[in-house]
Amino acid sequence: MEFVRNFPFFCIILSMFSGVVSSVLSGKNAKRLTFFSLTAILVMSFALLSHLMAAGESYTYMMGHFPAPWGNEIRAGVLEAFMAGFFSLIMILSLIGGLNHIREDVEETKVNLYFVLIDLLLSSLLALIYTNDLFTAYVFVEINTIAACGLIMIHTKGRTLLAAVRYMIFALLGSGLFLLGISTLYDLTGHLLMENMKESVAVLISKGEYGVPLLIVISFMSIGLAIKCALYPFHAWLPDAYGYSTASSSAILSSLVSKGYIFLLIKVFYRVIGFEIIAESKILNILFLFGVAGMIMGSISAMKENDIRRMIAFSSVAQIGYIFMGIGLGTEAGIIASLFHILSHAATKSLLFIAGVGLTDASGKKKDFASLRGAGYRNKVAGVAFTIGSLSMVGMPMFSGFISKFLFSTASLSAVPAKTLLTLISLAVSTILNAVYFLRLTIFLYTPVEGNHGAKMEWKTQKKFSLALGCFVAVNLVLGLFSQPIVNIIETGLKMFG
Amino acid sequence: MSRQRKNYEETKQYHFLQWLFGKEDYLNGHIEMKEEEEEEIIEDTAQFSDEVQRKRIYERLYNLDKNREMKFFNKIYAVVSVLFCLCFIGIMLLAVSYLPRFGEASNPDNNEVSERYIEKGQEETGAVNIVTGMILDYRAFDTFGESNVLFIAACCVTILLRTDYSKKSKEQKKILRAQNEDRNYEPKNDVILQKVAFFLVPLILIFGIYVILNGHLSPGGGFSGGAIMGAGLILYLNAYGFAKTERFFTSKTYKVITVGALSFYCLAKSYSFFTGANHLHSIISAGTPGKIISAGLILPLNICVGLVVTCTMYSFYALFRKGGY
Repeated sequence: MEFVRNFPFFCIILSMFSGVVSSVLSGKNAKRLTFFSLTAILVMSFALLSHLMAAGESYTYMMGHFPAPWGNEIRAGVLEAFMAGFFSLIMILSLIGGLNHIREDVEETKVNLYFVLIDLLLSSLLALIYTNDLFTAYVFVEINTIAACGLIMIHTKGRTLLAAVRYMIFALLGSGLFLLGISTLYDLTGHLLMENMKESVAVLISKGEYGVPLLIVISFMSIGLAIKCALYPFHAWLPDAYGYSTASSSAILSSLVSKGYIFLLIKVFYRVIGFEIIAESKILNILFLFGVAGMIMGSISAMKENDIRRMIAFSSVAQIGYIFMGIGLGTEAGIIASLFHILSHAATKSLLFIAGVGLTDASGKKKDFASLRGAGYRNKVAGVAFTIGSLSMVGMPMFSGFISKFLFSTASLSAVPAKTLLTLISLAVSTILNAVYFLRLTIFLYTPVEGNHGAKMEWKTQKKFSLALGCFVAVNLVLGLFSQPIVNIIETGLKMFG
Repeated sequence: MSRQRKNYEETKQYHFLQWLFGKEDYLNGHIEMKEEEEEEIIEDTAQFSDEVQRKRIYERLYNLDKNREMKFFNKIYAVVSVLFCLCFIGIMLLAVSYLPRFGEASNPDNNEVSERYIEKGQEETGAVNIVTGMILDYRAFDTFGESNVLFIAACCVTILLRTDYSKKSKEQKKILRAQNEDRNYEPKNDVILQKVAFFLVPLILIFGIYVILNGHLSPGGGFSGGAIMGAGLILYLNAYGFAKTERFFTSKTYKVITVGALSFYCLAKSYSFFTGANHLHSIISAGTPGKIISAGLILPLNICVGLVVTCTMYSFYALFRKGGY
């Protein structure tokens, strides 16, 4: 076996180990260690990606001395390696962009604990991406939940404690449903390894046995994970959690944590149940309807908001709606569009959160629209970045949002006619709604204030912040302009899935 | 007249009545109190007006006599949540009624996986207790994840409850102290509790150690043994107070033990995973099943898990009690 194939295991263990060690370091050293491990993981993931693209196949990796159904196992393919690399990139950029705020919002003696949470969150995301065993997935879902909760409440001002409690209740309900689904499925198949489960499920379906419990398993798993990533009717926890936590936390929560669960859900659909069986069951229609409702309702809630952070948060509800709509189409093209939108939304939403916090800083920490008037002149970098993010969200060509909307609409053409119609209409409506609330805010940002615009931000404190925003914009442009190679990676990765 | 009244004040009846009506606190003079530092309270006017405003809003919103919509909503909410739970229970029972019967030999979960665990488990892992063999050897990666769940939970509780007085202004300290008022009261040493703890604590700790060390030979292991030891430490703390406990267990001890144990777990298992996946020879052997030093890594890993669990339990208690350990 080539040495490069050890990299998924190295990535997971490295991030866990740096989490453990960070808990005894000082805040500064914990930060250094975290950035070191994040960079190492980024490099390793892309090295693995290039190796796998050349090899053209996925492989499984034994965690220990015992082969798969007995011991633990992880599995790496093109899609997994790409996701791992992309997630760590977004995490690094979100951290750099919000560093000043971590210093302000987190008590000085607890900064190292913030990085412990970040490290363990990343390890759990990596494990969710690479795992080939449903129970391992559940263990890391737990770590992910607790770490996310910690990231919300570590900024102990405003409504974060309330938000964290709410998040905990919703997330535990979701984990509980997911666990019930796993244990019922184990009772039916006798396995926890994904391949073996899929085989047994196929046998059960062909024999026509256990139809009712299987349907219940599918719905428990889908709904459980949907609750955890704030699909529309289950989104009550989201605005407070994203709106009041520290900037990096908001960016990471919205762009990575919920996406990890969606990736797991797609994995369950493809590798545990089998996509044909899922497509036949009615659960996809329900997810589709929830997704469409989320696209519209999330945007309407965002329009009502007068608080920049909460507005961006509600926009996340709409974007999660897009992703579930793509999954709900029940075609491979739909899944590809959803996976691309995961990337596009991750890059754009973290950009918006980080740029948004720069704008509120320039307006005396006030988050309402009236105070933000003319903020684009006071903090130019953040203003430009926020405008680019908004345009990408609305779906302007050149930016990533356009490509994902394009993929969704082309994917919908091959689906059932009713779904095609509904998708196209809701895409159009949601695009207009997006434009209304994002462009309204952008116009506010560039409305001149009488007299001078107030103090400009000092460049000295803004170096890292601007660097992060620049990288975010670059990622967005790459996704928007060179989308074909990325879509190809997703396509080959999905083929390796089945 | 006056003499009579003096006598009355000394009677138990008088004290009882006073205590009953809340005029006298029996605990006064029977409880250890930390001296509060005298500091001036500077009222934050901005915060004050905010507070008043918030109170007004809350009163209008949550006063059920005035807010009829809220009252209506609360009723509907209760009915719907009960209906939802009943519905959920119905679905669960339906699912269970379709599942394979419990304990039948032909069930799907009686397959080659459990067969190998039962038949070859002892030989392959060296652990007589095959459950331990499963969780710490066959599926050690999951268990490492589990111990990290404990670790991160302890981190979150620390974030939430640890109060750091060091780098704060005087006013903030004052507010913190006021919030943590309860934590300044420590029950005075109780003789009965101390005498009982004097006998029980060593026994509990030794039993915990026994359970951890015999994890691979008999029922038990790191998680259960660690919980027992943690309970022993908490009993000791209750009987003798923080001053005595801190002679051997401080936040530094906690950090050293937890990080040491988890790092050892991480490194040892990384070695084992790496050699296993690359089909290299591993220097860890299963040994003779039944001996105390056998079963390869299982014994040290059990000790690590046990230490982490002990520290986590103790730190939870200490954090809830006084916001630090």
